[in-house]
Amino acid sequence: MRLTDEERSLLDGAAGQAAKKAMQILVALGDIYGAEDLVPVRSVQVSGVSFHNLGEAGLEWLESMAVDGRVRAVTTLNPAGMDLEEWRAQGIDPGFAERQLRLVAAYTRMGIAPTCTCTPYLVGNLPGPGEHVAWAESSAVAYANSVLGARTNREGGPSALAAALTGRTPRYGLHLDAHRVPEVEVVIEAELASTAAWGALGRVIGKRAGTRVALLRTRARPSVAELKSLGASVVTFGGSPLFFLEGLTPAPGTRPTDSIVVQATDLEGAIAELSDGKDEIDLVALGCPHASLEELAELARMLDGRTVEKETWVCTARPTKLAAEKLGIVAAIERSGARVMADTCFAVTPLESRRGATIATDSAKGAYYASGHNKLRVHLGTVQDCVNAAVTGRWR
Amino acid sequence: MTTLTGRIIHAGEASGVALVSTAPISFFGGLDLETGVVVEKGHPLEGECVTGRVLVFPRGTGSTVGSFALLRLTRTQRGPAALVMESCDTTVAVGAIISEIPCVDRIHLPAITPGARITVRGAEVHLEGIGS
Repeated sequence: MRLTDEERSLLDGAAGQAAKKAMQILVALGDIYGAEDLVPVRSVQVSGVSFHNLGEAGLEWLESMAVDGRVRAVTTLNPAGMDLEEWRAQGIDPGFAERQLRLVAAYTRMGIAPTCTCTPYLVGNLPGPGEHVAWAESSAVAYANSVLGARTNREGGPSALAAALTGRTPRYGLHLDAHRVPEVEVVIEAELASTAAWGALGRVIGKRAGTRVALLRTRARPSVAELKSLGASVVTFGGSPLFFLEGLTPAPGTRPTDSIVVQATDLEGAIAELSDGKDEIDLVALGCPHASLEELAELARMLDGRTVEKETWVCTARPTKLAAEKLGIVAAIERSGARVMADTCFAVTPLESRRGATIATDSAKGAYYASGHNKLRVHLGTVQDCVNAAVTGRWR
Repeated sequence: MTTLTGRIIHAGEASGVALVSTAPISFFGGLDLETGVVVEKGHPLEGECVTGRVLVFPRGTGSTVGSFALLRLTRTQRGPAALVMESCDTTVAVGAIISEIPCVDRIHLPAITPGARITVRGAEVHLEGIGS
């Protein structure tokens, strides 16, 4: 791979140990994937934040990187393993909490904003069309490539951190025009009117289009909430983190010859495949990916004057929660007994103690991780279905 | 002694007895991080311990958290001595670099006999034969 003089000096350690380690990572990845050079990036999203996943060794490594590592790009952080402020109410072990807080502090020392969200594009990390970025968190990678028209591969935690500390990423894969061409057309004949339906569509695309770049044709006009549900689901179920929505998102003019048709029965089938819950539910989880201000406001309206029978969480980003608090939206949601949690989500917070419980959610991605990783039973439906289940304690 | 030459992913020198897998390895979920034993059901190396071995395998698979899993193994002295691969991927490459484990890829794996003593030095993989 071709390196500039400045990049070579970073690799030689002229800017410190962390930048040197970061360049070693980027050069190795560039060589593996045949990149010609490094491309400058001004926006990075870093994953690898839950102490649950990183352990003591990961924490020590990040603290060693934070000694002299400083970011050279706007950099935000993925969700942590707990609400960083209200972890006691969440029932988190103090030993876990202490290490989780140290982990986030190490990232913050490097200049990374502790946004702790999977939706950086909702809280100020918003690249423009055509911009090269280095993002981890697969749902955000899908949103960046497909909705925003930015360019990023699916980074892991350390490779994204390496990009942040150098302001560069290897130029291969989705950074290149040649890999941003639609390979299969997906004609959607089904109605799409909820986050759950768009999530179900993501599963159908992931399963049937595989890793091919899809061009979606639909009359529907998705909201931001529906687009993030779709992107999260496509990559969860094995699809490419790049797809195009004809007439809506930035797309090249070429048209693939291969075609897939999606009917209402396909979406119903996908929802049924993800649903194995008992009639009586135990837990309701919303906000996967993290809820926007608009979604929180809508939820407050749905819960107005009602009381939840079952434990109900909605996860969001701290900055979104702060705005919603000022507007009285958080108070309105919490009057019902539901809780607004920030900095974390039910995919990364430890849920082992709830094995076998039934969870209701509007997120296809959340449903997949709840049943696989956390061994929960699931009902997947609209936000209204989930609110009704929270209030009555039963699914429909 | 036979010498195979591959591509350096992380440069270093280490020796150990070859533990050869025909299947990809998922370091996060596939291994018990306390013991270094492969726990993935039905994996060709199920029940084997990677500690101190030269781990020979086609490529990594599974979650990108696998990079940190390799680091956790190494910091508790439970990690492999070196990694010899057919085709390295992001998760294992990053794991080798942050853990400082010697790692080489583009090696023709059938040339390596399980149980052979191996020294990895830079891009070279030296096979010393079983028991020598």
